[in-house]
Amino acid sequence: MILQHLILILLAGGIIAWIAGKWSPIATRFISLITVVTDFILVLILLINQGEYGQKQWMEEFTALWIPQFGIGIHLALDGLSLLMLILTFFIGILAILVSWKEITSNTGFFHFNLLWILAGITGVFLSLDLFLFYFFWELMLVPMYFLIGIWGHENRIYASYKFFIFTQASGLLMFLAILGLYLVHGNNTGNYTFNYQQLLGTTISPAMEWLLMAGFLAAFLVKLPAVPFHNWLPDAHTEAPTAGSLILAALMLKTGAYGLIRFAVPLFPDASAAFAPVGMILGVTGILYGAKLTYAQTDLKRLVAYTSVSHMGFIILGVYAFNELAYQGVVMQMIVHAISTGALFIIAGQIYERLHTRDLNRMGGLWEQMPALGSMGLLFSMASLGLPGLGNFIAEFLTLAGTFQTSILFATLASLGLIAATVYSLRIVQKIFFGRKESEYVTNDLSVREAVVMGVMVITILFTGLYPKPVTDTVAPAISNIIGAKENQGRSEPGRQSGAVIYIETLPEKLKGLNN
Amino acid sequence: MTRLDFLCLLPFLIIAGAPVIIMLVVTLSRNFKIVYGLSLVMFVAAFLSLFIIMSHAPHSLDPLLIIDSYGILFLGIIYFAAILISILSYDYLKNHTGEREEYFIILFVAVLGASVLVVAEHFISFFLGLETLSISLYLLIAYLKKRDYTIEAGVKFLVIASLATAFLLFGMGLIYAETGAMSFREFIPVTGKSAGISPLMLTGFGLILAGIGFKLAVVPFHMWTPDIYQGAPVPVTAFVATISKGAVMALALRLFFTIRGFDNNALFIILSAISILSMFTGNLLALRQTNMKRLLAYSSIAHMGYLLITLLAGTDSGIKAAIFYIVAYMITTLGAFAVISVLSGQERDADQPEDLKGLFWSNPWIASVLTLALLSLAGIPLTAGFISKFFLVLAGVKSGLWLLAFSLIINSVISLYYYLRIIKTMFTVAETKKSFPLSFSTNIVLAILAAGIFFLGILPSILTEFINKFPSFN
Repeated sequence: MILQHLILILLAGGIIAWIAGKWSPIATRFISLITVVTDFILVLILLINQGEYGQKQWMEEFTALWIPQFGIGIHLALDGLSLLMLILTFFIGILAILVSWKEITSNTGFFHFNLLWILAGITGVFLSLDLFLFYFFWELMLVPMYFLIGIWGHENRIYASYKFFIFTQASGLLMFLAILGLYLVHGNNTGNYTFNYQQLLGTTISPAMEWLLMAGFLAAFLVKLPAVPFHNWLPDAHTEAPTAGSLILAALMLKTGAYGLIRFAVPLFPDASAAFAPVGMILGVTGILYGAKLTYAQTDLKRLVAYTSVSHMGFIILGVYAFNELAYQGVVMQMIVHAISTGALFIIAGQIYERLHTRDLNRMGGLWEQMPALGSMGLLFSMASLGLPGLGNFIAEFLTLAGTFQTSILFATLASLGLIAATVYSLRIVQKIFFGRKESEYVTNDLSVREAVVMGVMVITILFTGLYPKPVTDTVAPAISNIIGAKENQGRSEPGRQSGAVIYIETLPEKLKGLNN
Repeated sequence: MTRLDFLCLLPFLIIAGAPVIIMLVVTLSRNFKIVYGLSLVMFVAAFLSLFIIMSHAPHSLDPLLIIDSYGILFLGIIYFAAILISILSYDYLKNHTGEREEYFIILFVAVLGASVLVVAEHFISFFLGLETLSISLYLLIAYLKKRDYTIEAGVKFLVIASLATAFLLFGMGLIYAETGAMSFREFIPVTGKSAGISPLMLTGFGLILAGIGFKLAVVPFHMWTPDIYQGAPVPVTAFVATISKGAVMALALRLFFTIRGFDNNALFIILSAISILSMFTGNLLALRQTNMKRLLAYSSIAHMGYLLITLLAGTDSGIKAAIFYIVAYMITTLGAFAVISVLSGQERDADQPEDLKGLFWSNPWIASVLTLALLSLAGIPLTAGFISKFFLVLAGVKSGLWLLAFSLIINSVISLYYYLRIIKTMFTVAETKKSFPLSFSTNIVLAILAAGIFFLGILPSILTEFINKFPSFN
């Protein structure tokens, strides 16, 4: 019964922070920090106690009436997947406040209001099991994000904020139409007009209609993710946003698209999704390779990092349409580690910008000498981005590729080429910024204590997920079994709390046999 | 006339009596404050009298009027909006020199016309209501005669509204020639699906549609809107945008549903075309507008286009969606105009981008209200506009109007661009900081409107349950 409070705390905290901003920026920062830390602790408690919930599908649930005449309820529920996403949300939220500590000096109150309301919207998206409510939160995060980019962004912020808002709003409205369509189809079939996810799950839809409705959902999720033909808004928004904005965009907002695919698009439309899978995988592979190619061509550091996201998100689409537990474990893992590694790169870009006042790679170089600590952080997260074993990204990409391999050897092979491309562009980042010739004399200082704490926490996380991913895979395994089970429409008996990877390794010999035959 | 008849006409008697009383007061002493106070009391009295007649509904005053719950609901909406507009008008006019007392007299006459429209179920009352409304609007629009554009706007409205009236009368004449009837209910058998419709009738309804279209300002009858919006004083613009259009829409709903116009293919196609054209024309033309009042004019064209979907839905949920939409739209538009009115000076109205520049930092409260209103017009969650659009689209797709729903969606995206542009203007940093002293009553109005937009956006049940208590017209 704490799910609604997670959201309300953020909303209330945002308003208080805004009011406090009138008197003291410091108070605003501390209020925001306390707000998000409170939420973070609450979900950590849930994580620690997750054993108590046994085999129930939802660990926590909250339902209330909202607009009953139209079958709209407030239905929040938490399973392993949502839990991990929430931990990520609040973790990144704390970092976002910390990195803005010195960067944001004007209108701090309103800034933190927007920050906390974005987090509230994202939290709502990860918890909603009522499609109307889901859409509500989906849109709720847009307006504050628009303000964040438009007010505190870099030079070209107005253009970027428009583009961001219009892209995501347009695609969101298509999803809204599809939600209404699903609502009506279900209502006409059963006489029960409802937006409840669990009741809508088994709706029988004619194939043509299923395609149309799925297209609506995909529009929203693939734009948000983004998949390649729709990625256009991302580099602008990421580049122009302030560091906290880029961090939240890359680490959290893109994940809402991935989450939507896993939670809604695939289980609600299993047949159409299965038919769409080859297209989805092509989109994924295109994203990986094309994103990597574009990354290599960038000279603006933030833009470059933004394009790595396009490439990394390709793995998520690939994994989602591989439809097996292993790939899904990879997808969830990717959602988490991408948030950390790309988030860290954006923070590094922000820190460099604060010192050099440029994002142009050609005007950097030789920074290692003066900033060895920042440099080693840059090196580490570039390595993470290219998928070095021992860091979280390796696990994620390995699981995704291994899962995809079971479904399609061709796409798995093509996608692994992305790893080579990633190596090329990641090394370029390190070389251009930290090594090489000095372009000019900078007088800069290395990481401050606050910055070192932020980076240190991220390093620990990425190492932990890389060396010991079991807690993550264990937490999410039942949720994934449920989703895959719902898709396959076969009542899985007792999904168990065994990790998907373990299941896979145990059954590997038979699978290899199958391949050889 | 029985006593009950008189009782049911109580709000009308109050509204009609108010100008007389004010005129008498003005002959004694010209005091703007007293006139304002009296007007408020009268409007509030009219509003409260609705609670008395509520228990007697439906009561038919054959053959002209029907006081049913649908009408009473709209009367309530109109009086409520009139109270808010009066407060805004007072703050707007109090610094003006010249005769200001007559403003409220004309305002009452205009409200009377609007009130008659929402309970009319006969061509005569329809026509009388519409003319009372229009004629008083000419005066109101041109009221501040020393300013640029006001006379132009007034004359333009006069010419175009007269033209619309001519269409309307001709249409009524044709229908009367065919059926010998003037009461809405007597047309039912003529337009039923099976009976078909004669060319004469169709022409008649087409002409009436044109007349109504002029008042609602839907494409292709929309030309006057931007000029009138720009030229009229802000509170009057707010009146035209909310009460006038709301009342005409209420009548259009009653007429269209009583004759079941959506069953007729020709009317259905014409209205669909008008709806889609209005959406696109309004939004596309608004894209390049810099003048805030003109922009809102074009946006209103688009919104009326959205609203026509409810006429075509032809279901009970369509009517309910329409009522919700009208309420939400009125609150939202009033919010936007209230802000412009607050910012306006004696010389001209604050309709230029510079007037809004940096407002977010100099006057966060005013800017927040306008932001909320604009987001509501754009249909973003947490605002009334979002829920009302949801009801509208739902009513539309329930009746299978996918094309209309789809163009509404596309247009919502287009409209986003210009609403965002105004919001952007408000948070760009301005060189000079102006502060606008707000009177207590204006603050209350802004607070009511902001709260209305916000609460209808998160707890629409407040209004939907209320609407459900009022069954559709009988």
